Amino acid sequence: MRPFKYNRPLDLATASNAGTSGSFIAGGTNLLDLMKCDVEQPSQLVDLNHLGLGSISETADGGLELGALATNTTTAYHPIVQERYPILSRAILAGASPQLRNKATNGGNLLQRTRCPYFFDTDSPCNKRVPGSGCPAKEGYSKLHAILGASDSCIATHPSDMCVALRALDATIRVSGPHGERRIEFADFHRLPGDQPEIETSLEKGEVITAILLPADGFADNFAYFKVRERASYAFALVSVAAVARLEGNQLKEGRVALGGVAAKPWRDLEAESLLCDQPCNAETFGNFADALLQSAKTYPGNRFKVPMARAAIVRALSEATHLNQL
Amino acid sequence: MPTKHIGQPYDRSDARDKVLGRATYTAEHLVPDLLHGHVISSKIACGRITHLNTDHALKIPGVIAVLSHKTDFKTARFDLSYKDMDSPPGSPFRPFSTPEVKFAMQPIALVVAESTELARYAARLVEVTYEVDPHNTDLMGSLSESKAGKGLRAGVESPSNRGDFRAAYNKSEVQTSSDYLHPSQHHNPMEMHASIVHYHDEKSLTIYDKTQGVKNSQHYVTMAFGLRKKNVRVLSPFVGGAFGSGLRPQYQLFLATLAALELKRSVKVQLTRPQMFSFGHRPKTHQTVSLGASRDGKINAIFHHAVGETSRFEDYIENVATWAAKLYDAENVEQQYRIVPLDTYTPLDMRAPGGASGLYALECAMDELATELKMDPLDLRLKNYSEEDPSAGKPFSSKALKECFAQGSTRFGWDSRHQRTDTPYGKHRGSGMATGIWDALQFPTRAAATLASDLKLEIRIATADIGTGTYTIMKQIAAEELGLPTESVDAKLGDTDFPFAFIQGGSATAASVGSAVRKACRKVQKQLLKEAGKMKNSPFQHADIDDVVFEDGLLKRKDDPQMQTSLKQIFADRDIDQIDKKCTWTPNLLKQRKYSMNTHSAVFVEVEVDADVGFVSVERVVVAVAAGRILNPKTARSQILGGVVWGISMALHEESYMDNSLGRFINHDFANYHIPVNADIKDIEVIFVEEDDTVVNPLGVKGLGEIGLVGVPAAVANAVFDATGKRVRELPITPDKLFAEP
Ligand SMILES: Cc1cc2nc3c(=O)[nH]c(=O)nc-3n(C[C@H](O)[C@H](O)[C@H](O)COP(=O)(O)OP(=O)(O)OC[C@H]3O[C@@H](n4cnc5c(N)ncnc54)[C@H](O)[C@@H]3O)c2cc1C
Ligand code: SF4
Repeated sequence: MRPFKYNRPLDLATASNAGTSGSFIAGGTNLLDLMKCDVEQPSQLVDLNHLGLGSISETADGGLELGALATNTTTAYHPIVQERYPILSRAILAGASPQLRNKATNGGNLLQRTRCPYFFDTDSPCNKRVPGSGCPAKEGYSKLHAILGASDSCIATHPSDMCVALRALDATIRVSGPHGERRIEFADFHRLPGDQPEIETSLEKGEVITAILLPADGFADNFAYFKVRERASYAFALVSVAAVARLEGNQLKEGRVALGGVAAKPWRDLEAESLLCDQPCNAETFGNFADALLQSAKTYPGNRFKVPMARAAIVRALSEATHLNQL
Repeated sequence: MPTKHIGQPYDRSDARDKVLGRATYTAEHLVPDLLHGHVISSKIACGRITHLNTDHALKIPGVIAVLSHKTDFKTARFDLSYKDMDSPPGSPFRPFSTPEVKFAMQPIALVVAESTELARYAARLVEVTYEVDPHNTDLMGSLSESKAGKGLRAGVESPSNRGDFRAAYNKSEVQTSSDYLHPSQHHNPMEMHASIVHYHDEKSLTIYDKTQGVKNSQHYVTMAFGLRKKNVRVLSPFVGGAFGSGLRPQYQLFLATLAALELKRSVKVQLTRPQMFSFGHRPKTHQTVSLGASRDGKINAIFHHAVGETSRFEDYIENVATWAAKLYDAENVEQQYRIVPLDTYTPLDMRAPGGASGLYALECAMDELATELKMDPLDLRLKNYSEEDPSAGKPFSSKALKECFAQGSTRFGWDSRHQRTDTPYGKHRGSGMATGIWDALQFPTRAAATLASDLKLEIRIATADIGTGTYTIMKQIAAEELGLPTESVDAKLGDTDFPFAFIQGGSATAASVGSAVRKACRKVQKQLLKEAGKMKNSPFQHADIDDVVFEDGLLKRKDDPQMQTSLKQIFADRDIDQIDKKCTWTPNLLKQRKYSMNTHSAVFVEVEVDADVGFVSVERVVVAVAAGRILNPKTARSQILGGVVWGISMALHEESYMDNSLGRFINHDFANYHIPVNADIKDIEVIFVEEDDTVVNPLGVKGLGEIGLVGVPAAVANAVFDATGKRVRELPITPDKLFAEP
């Protein structure tokens, strides 16, 4: 590891300022690993753990505010999250391990970096790590890689489970930076790679995520988080699906589906979702929707399986969310 | 049959120390004034280093040196000096001997500093430029370049042939033929490879090394660096797993020794997890198995052809295609193992080397034949069961495989396997079985025993305990022989000051070390009896060793147990402090020559497959094992459980992914190199079918390290077929393969 300075600010303004020339650290479960691999080389670490950003509270509009520094464990087991936003709880608990979740924070989870193995291996080329060096994943190891929204320069995915649920719930992110506070819609938070895969979010230098805001509706009656992975636990998603729905009898009024493990951001296709509007709840509806969503999928030699797998996972998640099997 | 100590389920005697962190592993030993080395690994797979600039690194305070091929050092000239007990034929890799790069992640420099963090940091500042040559790491693209391996190695036999396979196959009523592939895999013990070289002077060193044989490390270091054995002591009392990775001295030992001798300081070198993927591995292997049978399931033709990878500098061969000829009594058998040299490091024995691979293909092929014949796979195996070893034309010293089939299938409920109805929605259940076979090897072993007047017994052997329970069984056997409680016995191992033992591998340790312990203790017995005979009015004056027993700290006459004396009394009366005995135990080759000695297993597996997404869960495993006498059912069961988990891992999870365009294994950490987690492992039941085998050794022990694994990968693959109707002939059976487009 390269030597670095450690800074522990006690207020947001100081943190933001320090952050313009250093890296924030929250739980450190991702950043420290990357520093050990020499992928991240911050000269200064700015510790966010002493800014009082760890609480979870209800908001005036009936929603819930998740402090950026609340841990994944605290969040997943919070009674309001469990009762009103069970999909979020489910998604968080589908990720990592208890030890990691005890340390991992909500803000850090949003900003965790890709699990592309070339990205971690500094002796391999990688456009995200060293712009212009190439992308060996396209012809190589690409199980964990994108089939949607990728570019020629990078096909990495965002590995989070939590974010997939947040996208389905239409969360908002509150950030605070050198120029004050602002809110970012979840859909606009992560970026697709284009020809600058090294830029992954719309955060500005020095901006701290302070909270994640959940809208009032948590779809507690009709939800599913379905994760396909290579072992029963402690593996990143090949494909994951967060599905929520609003039903009237057997009629689907609204359905939202976010996919993980298939793109550089949790993937939603609002146009395709119109196929879930005012439709009967059945395998055909779900299949048509899945086909529309996956229409623009582009695969690579190592991840062709992901299209049929994603299709199956979408149908499965929607069936579960709408209790189709029990109908 | 269990006796007082042997066959009893003793807890592992080192368990408490391990759990409490009191067992000191290699990298944890405290040595004064220690320097720390960090290895720089090659970025390219093939070529040479043209520049190596260490200026920036050496400017950092606390960085002592950067060693590389540019360092002027003296080591032995000839290949022979670099050979170790497990070397395949060829030229062993010599770190830093030339600027040439022969494989990706080859160690090319060692940064030595006051702390490991500094060394690691400074390593980042060393600039290396290469001249790159084209490389080839692609086994599948190079099958046509395969060659026969030259030379042999301990435990490796040539595949045998009999009859005329081709003619018989062509005439067979039913023919099946399939290709199977499994990837490279790395051992990845929990403990990373490390060596600490404690420098005393330029001729004498004490070395802590992670190894499966201290004598092997000592031999290697003394030969390579021209040192004398009496001046180099190697210790390895606790090993955090190895699975074969410690069978050969790894390069960190060479580098730490080199640095210590060059810098005249003590040096530690510990590899990182990614660097654990930079040396030996189970070779990627492509296999073809063809079976010809009559309609009623009698197999008359077997073809087993395997092609595995090796390096450009050594011919690594293993027993992949030798098992069919032993297991089945078909009259026409053709077996072959060929290798393809690639730009990788030499493969290395990994738990059940060859057997795990070969039986995977063979036992899947048996299942395919059973399907073709519409025959119960178990019946097919019984129909072709070899009562004697047809490959050697000898009887087995013992073979209770039929009993394993019987007990295993009953326990599993094999006959009613398709009557289940409680499978949850969207999931499919399936069952599969396979046979396992492994060698009952043993090697000459020496032992020393010291019995003190307070009846504390110490046993010393330079063997290893890589987590197998060697300490525990050494104590049990010694306690049994001398009639002492196990608490009175201290077992010592992992030290070159102790008598010779071979590397711990091939499932040979319990039999070899156990026999040596027994023999040393028998010598102590004899001495005790002799001394007792000299006591006043001794009832043992003319007694023979067969006329007496040692029990509860007493020496008793068998014909009249009232005629006894306490061992303590013997020491007191004879005024002796202790009895020291040494022995060399060698297998009785004269007797053994007439037999084939093997362990066997029958494996039954039930899987549940989420067919929508291709996820396989192994719900239940029943494995029945015939491996002679069981010394300790508890540690034995643990060995088998571990083996089964390895088998599930091989079937469903493990793969070192070689990126052929970069020539590197790319998933070199535990996030991407998958092994099962606790949630993947469900019900495993182990049955031991004990065999009374007087040929293998006087203890009747065959060894259990590997038999638990072989057979499992095929049984899982066969169960997946049963559940889904899909034959995935490439391991691991990951969800993507169950989704593969036709
Ligand atoms: C072995 C392993 C397996 C895992 N498996 C999964 C899995 O299956 N699913 C899953 O979803 N995740 C998984 N994770 C990832 C884990 O969820 C993340 O590492 C964790 O959420 C990161 O949170 P942290 O607080 O530790 O972040 P840190 O490591 O502290 O920070 C990560 C990044 O976020 C930035 N950052 C952190 N907080 C803020 C903030 N408030 N404002 C601005 N920037 C900030 C940091 O500067 C850094 O760049 C796994 C991790 C590991 C190591
Ligand atoms: S997919 Fe992206 S992160 Fe992976 S190698 Fe290519 S550029 Fe790098």
